[in-house]
Amino acid sequence: MGSLRLLALVLLLGSTAFAQSAPTYGIGRTPTAEEVRALDISIGPTGEELPPGRGTVKQGAELYKQKGCAVCHGANGIGGPAPALKSKAGAEVPIWERERILPLRAPFATTVWDYINRGMPLGKEGTLTADEVYSLTAYLLFINQVIQEDEVLDRQSLPKVKMPIGSDYASLPDWKPKTRRLKDYPY
Amino acid sequence: MGSKRTSRRELLKGGAALAGGFTLGAVAPALGQTPASGQAPAHDHPMIKGSKELIAYGERSRFVTSVRIAHPIGGRPSPDAFGKVFHVATPLQDSVGVITPSSLHYVATTRGSFMPDIDPKQHTLMIHGLVDRPLTFTMEDLKRLPSVTRLHFIECAGNRHNARQTNVQETHGMASCAEWTGVLLSTLLKECGVKGSATWFVAEGAEEVKGASSMPVAKAMDDVLVAYGMNGEPVRPQNGFPLRLVVPGFEGIFSTKYVRRVKLVDRYYLNYNDFGHLDEDAKVAALDYQIGPKSVITYPSGGQQLPGRGFYEISGLAWSGGGAIRTVEVSTDGGRKWNRAEFKGTPQRMAFTRFGYGWNWDGNETEILSRCTDEIGQAQPTREQVAKYWNVPFERNYRVPGLDNSVMPWRIARDGSVTNGLA
Repeated sequence: MGSLRLLALVLLLGSTAFAQSAPTYGIGRTPTAEEVRALDISIGPTGEELPPGRGTVKQGAELYKQKGCAVCHGANGIGGPAPALKSKAGAEVPIWERERILPLRAPFATTVWDYINRGMPLGKEGTLTADEVYSLTAYLLFINQVIQEDEVLDRQSLPKVKMPIGSDYASLPDWKPKTRRLKDYPY
Repeated sequence: MGSKRTSRRELLKGGAALAGGFTLGAVAPALGQTPASGQAPAHDHPMIKGSKELIAYGERSRFVTSVRIAHPIGGRPSPDAFGKVFHVATPLQDSVGVITPSSLHYVATTRGSFMPDIDPKQHTLMIHGLVDRPLTFTMEDLKRLPSVTRLHFIECAGNRHNARQTNVQETHGMASCAEWTGVLLSTLLKECGVKGSATWFVAEGAEEVKGASSMPVAKAMDDVLVAYGMNGEPVRPQNGFPLRLVVPGFEGIFSTKYVRRVKLVDRYYLNYNDFGHLDEDAKVAALDYQIGPKSVITYPSGGQQLPGRGFYEISGLAWSGGGAIRTVEVSTDGGRKWNRAEFKGTPQRMAFTRFGYGWNWDGNETEILSRCTDEIGQAQPTREQVAKYWNVPFERNYRVPGLDNSVMPWRIARDGSVTNGLA
């Protein structure tokens, strides 16, 4: 009887541990919701981390000049010393034959937003407001004919932007330890 | 090594009689040369005076001048006009053993950046997302946790060899190996409790671009290291002080420097560093992820000069992202005959393995090469073999898809000069 009760207890504890693990060392502190929000700048494809705000193509065109983007990336996204931001080719050219341009080839518009927000402008990273990042993203998507001139980007509309690449890109292999980097590849 | 040198200096300063009891080996020749008068012989070399600075922090000999260079030749300079650093290659031609000194370790940054000057007392690592308990760890917290110390190489995706390069620093210098100390990421993740829905994690640095990469949770649970130590001291700023990830066997960019945040997520996040890995072809994408078996001869190598015919121990390095090196073979006749090389020490998983092969050079022109296999049976290919796999015609400037792990030939001319065999 006693051992049966013990067994039940073990089973109960086991299932609890499965649902909610227990810490081993109890080291580290719980960050506040505010701390998490401040640091959580990786914007995934669903856009769930996007902050409130909105931006338009027109505002973005203005900011592109104001914030000095044009100095490095060229007046209209072409011809500067930094990577080009506007494709010279049209939509009739298959995406993989067009230039490797972030606001064109990225599978998600969130990737464009994420990079401007974390990495631009060079030397003044972290100074753009959410509205400004939405606007600049809108402008860059517009000059690559990804969105229309009158579209407004915000946390709802940005993740829904259909990028020209669609699903025409490779996903990475399911990684496992001690596995060849590519099945059937001897090297 | 340092203490041996010091004792020899003390000996010379203090006189043979004083030091004799401590260093027999050094005192013996002095006695042999000493005439009956008891007068010590004149110094053979100029002496280095001990200064406060040299006592506090040692320096290498002024005769040792091996340095890093910007990579690639003719590419973006490091530092640039603003003091930003992009790609810097380690002088493998001068390397011995398997550890790259921290001050010579290769450096790469996400896009060219300054080195953040981080106060470790202010630095934290936050783990959040799909976990039961988000946690923030200070450096002090991390040092309380069980640690591991492991040898691991790190290699940049840009470590490719071509016909234009002249020496092994240019061909292979974007790879280095260090002894890393820290906490396994899996230890921290278990402390947080990873939810079953978490399949990927995003790691992010604290430098100005906040470089972020997505990696599989399976890798985190296997062997990813959150490192605060490198070669017996704190990780250096160029290598990610005070805290970095070491992701054994994956392309270097995944080993996130200045790591400040790890987020557990349910999909591939496709942030900017991931965009750099985007490919049309699933095979190429896979080959741009985990590093294949690779080896190179560092002596004799491009730019070096053999003084004449006779014995040389050919020496080189082998490594693989798939695990430990299993075999290394060396050819001294342009790849016709392959000979088993000897390991200098026991091969470690995802670490440089030093190999050697004794060779008598007959003074004729030849080509020397090395190739290796790893513990999971992957083999280092020649460029011709790779072209054959992809079913494309082989050309001299053939570019290996994915990370370049092809065989590197060095040509030895009759005058003993060593040059790039691809040229």
